[in-house]
Amino acid sequence: MAEEKEGGLVFHPLDQFIVKPLFGDGPVHWYTPTNLTLWMAIALLAIVAVFVFGSRGRAVIPTRLQSIGELIYGFIYKMVEDVTGKDGVKYFPYIMTLFLFILFSNYLALIPMSYSPTSMIAVTAILGFGVFFAVTILGFVKNGPAFLGLFWMSDAPAILRPIIAIIEVISYFVRPVSHSIRLAGNIMAGHAVLKVFAGFAALTLVSPVAIFGIVAIYGLEVLVCGIQAYVFTILTCVYLKDALHPAH
Amino acid sequence: MATETTDVAGVCVDAGGSALGMPQLCADWMPNQIFWLLVTLIAIYFVMSRIALPRIGAVLAERSGTITNDIAAAEELKNKAAEAEAAYDQALLDARAEAQGIVAAAKAEIQAELDVELQKADAQIAAKTAESEAAINAIRADAVKNVTAVAKDTAKELVAAMGGTADAKTITAAVTARMKG
Repeated sequence: MAEEKEGGLVFHPLDQFIVKPLFGDGPVHWYTPTNLTLWMAIALLAIVAVFVFGSRGRAVIPTRLQSIGELIYGFIYKMVEDVTGKDGVKYFPYIMTLFLFILFSNYLALIPMSYSPTSMIAVTAILGFGVFFAVTILGFVKNGPAFLGLFWMSDAPAILRPIIAIIEVISYFVRPVSHSIRLAGNIMAGHAVLKVFAGFAALTLVSPVAIFGIVAIYGLEVLVCGIQAYVFTILTCVYLKDALHPAH
Repeated sequence: MATETTDVAGVCVDAGGSALGMPQLCADWMPNQIFWLLVTLIAIYFVMSRIALPRIGAVLAERSGTITNDIAAAEELKNKAAEAEAAYDQALLDARAEAQGIVAAAKAEIQAELDVELQKADAQIAAKTAESEAAINAIRADAVKNVTAVAKDTAKELVAAMGGTADAKTITAAVTARMKG
């Protein structure tokens, strides 16, 4: 559906999200290696480079790469410890995995011609609902029926408690939706806007403005990529805290 | 529209290779995305939990241990330095006190020797003085005796020259009376 506008200007801001098979043109089966596979693999390799290759020296005085890994480790470890408490620390590797996947995917997607896995709603929905189900199951396993106390505000006036409980239940079930759409929406919107500005850059008259716009939006995206990874992770920690300590 | 292009890459791409609607919502691609996401997440999880996180955790623990040890060692050395300084000060004080003692002792010794010598000198001076006085007295007595004798002789001769005779007793008495006057 190529939309022709402004005398031959062609915008396909969403074409960058098309999933293509890496080898040949065939239908995309569930196992087909695609451009998404490629960029996930690159993210994995980048993570291995920073965290395994970078720390291979086990140096007490770290190299640059090792200190990047240590900074991220310390940052997430402290976040998990501060938000969920001491007993949440054993879930640190899972949260670290989520954070690193989102962070590296986000930043690698800023490379021109790259592909952004975290802009795909299917990907972020699996992350968001995965967190939701894991946290809910964990809450019931750890606390039994007491986990439902999360929805019952014992501090509120007795008349308001059922109403608050309904609101709490709704908000609890909205969590995974907002959790996943927030991430995918931010990344997708940023990339689409970049593409729209790039389309305008073809017009001689507005190209300086368009190119300035690309630079500005790119700068904004650099922020958004880090912030969205941080937000996803800290919300995961908050949900985990609710599961471990449901009492308000 | 979608039915014409199923053989290109799926139902979500048109004949020109452009997306039909949002690629994010293309249900045909979702199993693929989910499969590869799970593969990637599991790979990242194993790399992190088996290799990277224990290693970095160990490095961080080792570093904080090293820092703690170094601070403790520095504290110990600082205490040792303070002790050494105190010992040095004490030694200095002791040495000073000892020196003062030695000076006082030397002074006392010298004073004692000086006193002895002074006394000795005083005694010698006194002895010499007494001796001299005795000599002077002897000389004076001698002189008086000589004068007396000379005076008697002179008086006897004078009396004889004047034609008188004088016995020795009278002359002696007269000379003695004169000598007293």
